[in-house]
Amino acid sequence: MKYIKFLLVGVLFGIILSKSEVISWYRIYEMFKLQSFHMYGVIGSAVFIGIFIMFFFKKGKLKTYKREAVTVKPKVKGISKNLLGGIIFGFGWALGGACPGPMYVLVGKGIIAILIVLFGAHLGAFLYHSVKHRLPH
Amino acid sequence: MDIILQPWAWYVAGPLIALVMYLMYYFGKKFGVSSNLETVCAIGGAGKFVDFFKFDWRKNKWNLIFVVGLIVGGFISDQWLTPDQTVALNPQTVEDLSEMGFSNAGASYLPNEIYGVEAMLTVKGFIILLIAGIFVGFGSRYAGGCTSGHGIVGLSSLSKESFIAVGGFFIGGLIMTWLILPLIF
Repeated sequence: MKYIKFLLVGVLFGIILSKSEVISWYRIYEMFKLQSFHMYGVIGSAVFIGIFIMFFFKKGKLKTYKREAVTVKPKVKGISKNLLGGIIFGFGWALGGACPGPMYVLVGKGIIAILIVLFGAHLGAFLYHSVKHRLPH
Repeated sequence: MDIILQPWAWYVAGPLIALVMYLMYYFGKKFGVSSNLETVCAIGGAGKFVDFFKFDWRKNKWNLIFVVGLIVGGFISDQWLTPDQTVALNPQTVEDLSEMGFSNAGASYLPNEIYGVEAMLTVKGFIILLIAGIFVGFGSRYAGGCTSGHGIVGLSSLSKESFIAVGGFFIGGLIMTWLILPLIF
């Protein structure tokens, strides 16, 4: 039962991604074609509010439900890994029109073909950890 | 109810996504979807081949439950909250897609040319879907995050690493959309 809160937040996130059409391949295409503000608005306003949330986490004004301080683990440094990894991710995002969150939402929408994408994503994660010692980081 | 049934504007969706991020930290965890890919690999026995996957996946159970919620949310939204499945695209986008051979762009959430069962069952269609997934999985774990971890959390924390990664997302996405998609379709 202690996990039910994560299920509910997940349901909320799934509905948001679905209702705002972030899970639509077309919206991703339109974004990269620079023909709509929609996706930039979604990400931009999330980050805008997020900056305040992170600021208040850091200042200790916002805490966890146990009244503990929130610590956000910093991302691992490295220009190569972030840039190259990001570019590869971008290829997939624009081709399949879905990043990981929307993939799961599309499963719930009953899209059978997304299971191939999701399988590929697991394969990709596996491949990365198989060859990472040979990659620049 | 009408307000919920209509497509949600960006200024509704964005702040709500920030709320989701807040709730995950409020409940003592973090906000990031792509690390689940590694967890599922670990459950599937990937540790037999690659040592990295020998971690105890049970510590990430909360995040798996979170993505189960994503699936449920997708179902609820599709069944009861989205009576109109059309996507109001820029007419220029519809025209560009039509030139690439995509008919009825925006008539539903996904193009039949990629996500239709018929397309999926062709060799080309299957490979497109598989490669798209491999890129997303490989790239997000290489960069250490996807649109949630780098895009929302990282940028909100003003992390230099995430600005580089998100810059990469867009370099890759622009190259794919402008240069590679016209070659594929």
